Amino acid sequence: MDITLPILILAIPISMFLILGIGGVKMSRKTAGVLGILGMGTTLTLAYTVAFTYFFSGDPAFIVDGVRQQLQVFDVTWLAFTDTLVVHLGFLLDPISAMMLVVITTISFMVHLYSWGYMEHEPGFQRYYSFLSLFSFSMLGLVVATNIFQMYIFWELVGVSSYLLIGFFYKLPSAVSASKKAFIVTRFADLGFLIGILLLSFYTDTFNFMELTHNPEGVLASTGGATFMGASVLTWALVLIYVGGMGKSAMMPLHIWLPDAMEGPTPVSALIHAATMVVAGVYLVARMFPVYLMEETALLFITCVGAITAFYAAVVACCQIDIKRILAFSTISQIAFMMVALGVTRPGLHDGMGYMSSMFHLFTHAMFKALLFLGAGALIHAVHSNNYTEMGGLRKYMPITHWTFLIGCLAIAGIWPFAGFFSKDEMLTAMFANNWIWGAWMTMVAGLTAFYMFRMYFMVFWWEENPHYKEHKPHDAPWQMSVPLIFLAAVSCVSGFIPFGELVTWNRLPYHIHIDPQVATTSLIIAAFGIGLAAWLFMKRNHKPAAMKNAMPGLWKAANRRFYWDEFYMFVTHKIIFNIFCRSIAWFDRHVIDATMDGFAKVTQKTSVAVKGMQSGSIQAYVVWYFLGAVAVAAITWICLL
Amino acid sequence: MDSVGNIVLYFVVAISMLVFSVMAVTSRKILRSATYLLFVLISTALFYFQLGYQFLGAVQIAVYAGGIMVLFIFSILLTHRPDDKSGKIESHRRIAGICASVLGAALLLGALFTMPVGAAGCSLTDVLAAGNCIDMQTIGHTLLGTDKFHYLLPFEAVSVLLLACIIGGVVVARKR
Amino acid sequence: MDLGILWYLVPSVLMFACGVYGFVTRKNLIAILISLELMLNAADLNFVAFNRYIFPGQMEGMIFTLFAIAIAAAETAIAIAIIINVYRAIGNTDINEIKKLKF
Repeated sequence: MDITLPILILAIPISMFLILGIGGVKMSRKTAGVLGILGMGTTLTLAYTVAFTYFFSGDPAFIVDGVRQQLQVFDVTWLAFTDTLVVHLGFLLDPISAMMLVVITTISFMVHLYSWGYMEHEPGFQRYYSFLSLFSFSMLGLVVATNIFQMYIFWELVGVSSYLLIGFFYKLPSAVSASKKAFIVTRFADLGFLIGILLLSFYTDTFNFMELTHNPEGVLASTGGATFMGASVLTWALVLIYVGGMGKSAMMPLHIWLPDAMEGPTPVSALIHAATMVVAGVYLVARMFPVYLMEETALLFITCVGAITAFYAAVVACCQIDIKRILAFSTISQIAFMMVALGVTRPGLHDGMGYMSSMFHLFTHAMFKALLFLGAGALIHAVHSNNYTEMGGLRKYMPITHWTFLIGCLAIAGIWPFAGFFSKDEMLTAMFANNWIWGAWMTMVAGLTAFYMFRMYFMVFWWEENPHYKEHKPHDAPWQMSVPLIFLAAVSCVSGFIPFGELVTWNRLPYHIHIDPQVATTSLIIAAFGIGLAAWLFMKRNHKPAAMKNAMPGLWKAANRRFYWDEFYMFVTHKIIFNIFCRSIAWFDRHVIDATMDGFAKVTQKTSVAVKGMQSGSIQAYVVWYFLGAVAVAAITWICLL
Repeated sequence: MDSVGNIVLYFVVAISMLVFSVMAVTSRKILRSATYLLFVLISTALFYFQLGYQFLGAVQIAVYAGGIMVLFIFSILLTHRPDDKSGKIESHRRIAGICASVLGAALLLGALFTMPVGAAGCSLTDVLAAGNCIDMQTIGHTLLGTDKFHYLLPFEAVSVLLLACIIGGVVVARKR
Repeated sequence: MDLGILWYLVPSVLMFACGVYGFVTRKNLIAILISLELMLNAADLNFVAFNRYIFPGQMEGMIFTLFAIAIAAAETAIAIAIIINVYRAIGNTDINEIKKLKF
């Protein structure tokens, strides 16, 4: 494959970042916006060209005997520390990276377009676009990484762009603390990632994904059966790498940053915290999947964490008021879904369809969750509040937003024929195939998903009109915002029919999707039940929700406060770490280190006070001392010469 | 062997020099101090004559005893009333002064008397007899010549310095 | 009795010691300047004596003294200008009254 297009795919966003970042202050908003959208549009076209060429051209470079090939379009040496420790930068083209190119550029382009309307009156518009370009660059670099070190570099870059964009409204203290929280929590997780990388590469002598995944048995053999604390070294390495993924993908217990990240502008939430960056953890596991298959313990860990997170986030989402928070928890829950689907994948079970379904869900989820976030952005734009209590009955005022939002909700709830049905059905089938417990548990989570999404939908668009509408009539968003909504809604309607199994599978062989009627029926019934329950409770104004809430005040409050995870972290950091460790360290610093320094200063001061009398300013005293000194020197010299 | 006249002259000059030195630094009347200084300078000039440096002695009298002393007298008359007496010297100053001067003098005298005298020990008559007296012509050539061991450049430098001093003195002392 | 070099150096040393004593003890600026002249004069005498006894055929010592006298004149002129200025500023020439440059 020609290397021009891959290089351009990476070069255009980074040059946009530089152009808008450096020259932005000199540009008008319109120039900056048009530049950003055009740059992203070009990248979108190029990425589509690359992905479609890869999937559909049938070129023997890309597919041999039905097996899709992995190829490094280019892979240059970047840092050669030693002969063996060499860091490369390159562009890896394979089914998942091609799919991610499509996802990232599509959502990013939609968000660029949408932001033109949404951010129109915000100060720092140019800065916003330059950060969006930086993020797009970093995310594209992450997915096409040829080696785990390059992935780590871009991993940090997406972290930093996420930090910059969450803290975009840097005058709001809540945004600043949210951005710090996101950065610190993910950084903390990345420490695990880094240790995992070092551990893995220490034994295998390579960072390269192709070398690792094409010979997983060799990776296992290279550790030589070394163990640490009862688990093999490879398990440790894989679990630690997964910890990095947990941080980025907001798995429990590192999920606390994602709900707060909603302080950023809503399009940013759609791009980074729903569609692309947060699935980096899933992508990481998928990228290393053949190696993970070597260690069932690591996969079991992934499954358990995912299952617990999915349920927890779904329950919390049922009791939130802020619509962006609901969507954030829904994102956590859905990503956990993908994680579980990856974790239950075994080559022997339906030819590893869990992997395929996980990637499929990643794709469809990106589309409908971005749609939901952008819809939420349109609502916030119209109502100027994040809380559904300020909304209600909006379907008459905002028809476009209403219909697209409904499509998004149906898609995430898994109703035929919308996209979520297909991917979720495949995932549930894979889970049932592994163990019926996973399947049943996640089916319940799917039901909860339908319930909380439609709870939000009904509260926002039905329920009761807010009396303030008479003074300030809400209306649909401008075309820049409506076009992405309609486009993503259309994609959410049809993307379920993409023959995904033909394109992306764990062993890159085609897999023919067939709907398992039993699982499909069950999940449909559960979803319909969730929707029905939500409709019964929330469609018209009534006292049932309040009564339910009052019946179990403790549970409601706990779920509303996200089961006190943030308080727990605050307790650990402030009470334990700050109080016990930091305070003793501070004491040591103040009373030992500072005191030593103060001691030096005091001694110097005392001495100088004592001797300052000698500097009397009296020239005669100086002469006496000088003369006596000269006499002394002369005398000593003379004595020595004698 | 030096002539008796030379020796007598030497003692007269040396004793007056030392006595007036002591009196110059101890007299409490500043105008008297200046006068004693004048006698010290004249004594020094006499030594120069005795050593065969007539030109230098003349310069000493003309510049030092003439010019500089006039400056001193003027400044004293400008800044003091005639019956001004400086206060008594504080004892710690006196002790410091005596310590410094006695120690210094002791060291230098010690060094002088232990130094190998050699040829320098010969008499004044001997060194003068060797025809070493310098005439004015040589001095003039040396001061204004440009050869090796000639001093035109320092001479000009000193003349510039003196000019600077004139201007500086005027600027510093003038009334603002 | 021979008038050797020491006969000239010893008075020079004593004159120098007098200068040191006066410099350290006197409070009047002009008196200090007078002491300074004494010390300078002692040094001049040294130069001349060394020139005469050790290098009788040369004249470096004499030239040096000549320049020293010139520079002493310059120095005295400036010093006296400063003293007059100080007198204008503080009304006397006592060194203990000049404290503005003290720490």
